[in-house]
Amino acid sequence: MSEAALHDALEGFDVEAVRKDFPILQRTVRGGVPLVYLDSANTSQKPQQVLDVLTDFYEQHNANIHRATHALGEEATEAYEDARSKVAAFVGAGSTDEIVFTKNSSEALNLVANVLAWGARGLKAGDEVVITEMEHHSNIVPWQLLCERTGATLRWFGVTDDGRLDLSNIDEVINPRTKVVSLAHVSNVLGTVNPVAQIAVRAHEFGALVAVDGSQSVPQLPVDVRALGVDFYAFTGHKMCGPTGIGVLWGRRDLLDELPPFLGGGEMIEIVTMQKSTYASLPHKYEAGTPPIAEAVALGAAVDYLSAIGMPAIAAHEQAITAYALERLNAVDGLRILGPAEPVDRGGAISFTLADVHPHDVAQILDGRGVAVRAGHHCGRPIHQRFGVSASTRASFYLYTTPAEIDALIDALDEAKGFFG
Amino acid sequence: MQLESMYQEIILDHYRHPHHKGLREPFDAEVHHVNPTCGDEITLRVKLEGNKVVDISYDSAGCSISQASASVLSDLVIGREVGAGLAAHQEFVALMQSKGQGEPDEDVLEDAVAFAGVSKYPARVKCALLSWMAWKDATAQALGAPASLDDATIPEGSSQ
Repeated sequence: MSEAALHDALEGFDVEAVRKDFPILQRTVRGGVPLVYLDSANTSQKPQQVLDVLTDFYEQHNANIHRATHALGEEATEAYEDARSKVAAFVGAGSTDEIVFTKNSSEALNLVANVLAWGARGLKAGDEVVITEMEHHSNIVPWQLLCERTGATLRWFGVTDDGRLDLSNIDEVINPRTKVVSLAHVSNVLGTVNPVAQIAVRAHEFGALVAVDGSQSVPQLPVDVRALGVDFYAFTGHKMCGPTGIGVLWGRRDLLDELPPFLGGGEMIEIVTMQKSTYASLPHKYEAGTPPIAEAVALGAAVDYLSAIGMPAIAAHEQAITAYALERLNAVDGLRILGPAEPVDRGGAISFTLADVHPHDVAQILDGRGVAVRAGHHCGRPIHQRFGVSASTRASFYLYTTPAEIDALIDALDEAKGFFG
Repeated sequence: MQLESMYQEIILDHYRHPHHKGLREPFDAEVHHVNPTCGDEITLRVKLEGNKVVDISYDSAGCSISQASASVLSDLVIGREVGAGLAAHQEFVALMQSKGQGEPDEDVLEDAVAFAGVSKYPARVKCALLSWMAWKDATAQALGAPASLDDATIPEGSSQ
């Protein structure tokens, strides 16, 4: 991408104005160098607007929800349920009843995998679960546990050399024995955007359910869960400008109604006797115990923040920055990108290896220059094995990332090569 | 640059030209340790004669700190009594937990004093300790009496 093309792509998106909303981006690290935060796929930074709502909740409205009969209880309940409405609209849910607050994506995926272990849809020996080789550990281990508990068999799609799902054997992998297919919308390691809708059509031909890990997609792409034609969609607040401790499971209402509860406790019940209980209606059936109330409210503020800028604009900025980063990284001698090298169907996380320099050492040199990246397997050990490495360095971008920060990354990589060369 | 306090020339030398690397026979015990957060791995063998460490050999993959640490460890411990090796182990662990405030005993640690700067970077301490933990484990197995090493037990949290 030429500088002119980059400029065009970024025009209309005032990244400097966006950066002013994020107090942490103004600070320096490691003895006074400016922070270059390229670890947003790990967790995003938070704008002042979200921090203010979090503080305001505790300062002005704090109470438990759905049980307090006083003024604060009403305010807290209203704020919490408003957040649910905002999240529902943000991802195109059919109703607020389809939005279950969890603590993160991992819990949302574990919820789905657990409730499929029993009840009318409970898996059994002979059934098959399909995942992919590029999943985050949080979309692998829950399904391994489900298979261990039920005797079902775990299968997976492989990945091509250029970092795409290998669907050449889809007719074999998804078959009449398949009961559930679970995959990432956008890979946290490779950046690949997967053809979720196409796979969902195939899975539904056999009556299988489709769950999607949207941890990396909801922050950076406009997402419409019903248009995708899937059954469950999990994502997390802290990667989309919200606080930690709050995640979301969207599920088709008829399925959530039919499936058994996950965690038992307060809030999720209707009537409890010493012998047995009946359960609350959706979505409370899946929200046992006091939820992360302030975090949910602040997630609502994050949704407001992202919506005001506009998800199409955020996606376009992500695409332009990723294209620029790919171009510059591809030109670094000895650098190998894991995943698509072209900015097509690709999100803003780029994992790479740099000659023989270990990712820990790369990240340490970068950190000395204030450049924050992630080093390791990024909770995706199998996909690293697939590409014959034990670890990689990952740079990831968001709406506040500038071309100058990509330049700082490239300069720091040159230094790392010199240091260990 | 601050980083130079961590990447001492002595560490980079050991990283580029590791000593005693490569698995050898004979050996009394072999262990395999991993750092689950980054995938660094080491397979380490120990050969004892009586109470003397006559060989340490290893095969490993990992960052400069973990590689150099294994090299320095084998230089330091081969040819010494198990007790002296454990004393060095204890001194090294204490240095790694010092958050940059440690005053290492050069008589005990020799080249390993170069790792003092690593203790300022909590994320890298486990890299430096990987081979030392493997050595202690292998030595315990070679002695056939893990309990005998209890006096050198590592505090909770430092080995993961």
